[in-house]
Amino acid sequence: MNKKRTIRFIEHKAIRFILLIISVAIFSFILINLSPINPVRVYLGEVAVSEAQRVMLEQYWGINQPITVKLFNWFTCILHGDFGTSLIYRIPVIDVIFQKFSASLILMLISWCFSGLIGFGLGIIAGKNKGSLIDKIIKVYCYILQSAPSFWIGLVVLIIFSVSLGWFPIGFGVPIGTLENNVTIFEWIARLILPVLTLSMVGVAPIAMYTRNELVDVLSSDYILFAKSRGEFGWDLIERQALRNILLPVITLQFLSFNELFGGAVLVEQVFSYPGIGQTAVMAGLQSDVPLLLAIVIFSAIFVFTGNLIADIIYYFVDPRIKENETIEDY
Amino acid sequence: MKTTKKTNKPWTLYHANLRTKTLVIISISSILLISIFLSSYLIKPDSIITNFTSANQMPSLEHLFGTDWMGRDMFTRTISGLGLSIGVGAFASLISTFIAIVLGLFSSFNKFTDELVAGIIDLFSSIPHILLIILVSISFGGGFYGVIMGVGLTHWTPLARVLRAEIKKIKTSKYVKLSKEFGKSKLWIAKNHMLPLVISQIIVGVILMFPHAIMHEASITFLGFGLSPHQPAIGIILAESMNYLTSGFWWLAFYPGLSLLLVVLIFDLIGENINKLLNPQSAQT
Repeated sequence: MNKKRTIRFIEHKAIRFILLIISVAIFSFILINLSPINPVRVYLGEVAVSEAQRVMLEQYWGINQPITVKLFNWFTCILHGDFGTSLIYRIPVIDVIFQKFSASLILMLISWCFSGLIGFGLGIIAGKNKGSLIDKIIKVYCYILQSAPSFWIGLVVLIIFSVSLGWFPIGFGVPIGTLENNVTIFEWIARLILPVLTLSMVGVAPIAMYTRNELVDVLSSDYILFAKSRGEFGWDLIERQALRNILLPVITLQFLSFNELFGGAVLVEQVFSYPGIGQTAVMAGLQSDVPLLLAIVIFSAIFVFTGNLIADIIYYFVDPRIKENETIEDY
Repeated sequence: MKTTKKTNKPWTLYHANLRTKTLVIISISSILLISIFLSSYLIKPDSIITNFTSANQMPSLEHLFGTDWMGRDMFTRTISGLGLSIGVGAFASLISTFIAIVLGLFSSFNKFTDELVAGIIDLFSSIPHILLIILVSISFGGGFYGVIMGVGLTHWTPLARVLRAEIKKIKTSKYVKLSKEFGKSKLWIAKNHMLPLVISQIIVGVILMFPHAIMHEASITFLGFGLSPHQPAIGIILAESMNYLTSGFWWLAFYPGLSLLLVVLIFDLIGENINKLLNPQSAQT
């Protein structure tokens, strides 16, 4: 019975994944194609070229082909596995994506873990001491951080730690004058700290708020009242009776936040000039590097989908309350 | 014991109930926002003059937020930037609400349209929001117009999702089935049975959409899409300030961002309080 359910789940998710990625690809392609911006003109910028040369370049780039032909060409590029050639970097898009996405993934995963752990801890502290001063402080912190633009938080962090205190270098993924391959691991970590700090600070707010509210809910339940009447109290009570109940929804929420995480990373990378996927996306967007931008959209969609998938798996397979309920059919 | 303690507080003029308090909070914050919005239109472009004799001044009484490297008053620039942000936010909420209502009602017609709407919502929420805005703004040709459309056409997903779920619930109710048997058209049912029930969700959804739209407008202009560098948008002010951080001009970045944060907080406050007014059962928690 359980095996059958697992197979159905995998089938369902695989079909959804393929459909979603194809529709994301077509949708973003159509959007870019609607654009009145002429990529050749953006690419050339102020460079003086004759009319004939421009027409030749346009032909080479396939500007005037019908959309079906363009779409077909692009899909063959995807099937080849290189996603076309990047106009900015002059190398296959997949290489750019691989390099930049791994840099961003490190940034995002570290701050994701930090924000999850710290947020959960703060939420527990706030929920345990509901109504106290520390609860209010944490709540105010969360409200402010939730409303603050993440790039502004990045700027303030930069002002405090780099400009005033001078602890960290400003900007640039690698020091000027060194090749990217020669960067020592220490220099690299030094450039990672501030972006991670900013992303974690921003990411703490929703998870702490959610944990707090869940804990307050659980603590007002009857079985907690019963446990209290048996003489349990303080941290023991929370650890034994409440922690496991709230852990699962909190982890699920954290996995569902990949979308916001990516958005935050784009802005934070811009502030700290961190050479990741977000900065590349902005550059591709501003300089009309269409193949690169489209590939980034697809890979980020895969990234978000992965988060949602893990959340679903936790929800359907790990949660013992749902495991017992075999009759559930509708995912 | 508790009530006497409350009334004895020295600064309480009279003991107001929650409803009055909520109304007072809503009106004060609305007045604040409207005054920011209106004053940004009263600022003439030539009042933001370049004056190199007073460049790079610290915040003072004369220049509340200091001045930038061209001697322009940062307070004036910030206010007009906020006005622009609020305007874009209002417009974006309007478009997004319209799309959400149309899609929500459209999903109620039959199973096929319902699946279609669910698919569109999934598609829009599967791409990271900021990339989606970039894509849409490029497809509208960038610039100011691109930013507005990018922000406006992408904020409807949460509201549409709520409306779709709500409408699904209403559809199973008895009075809708009865109406159907009386031969009322689907449009009639949508207009007379569904819209009045979801109107409070729509109002709250719109106001909570506002801060998101404002924040995304600032983010997208910060990244360099759209508006030209001469326009006083908050995102552009902050992006410019990045070049001067190393010189120690921290006020160029600090105060504009802080005022954006305040505007967003005020919108959140209004949204929450209006939610309390419209759904009183949620106000007690």
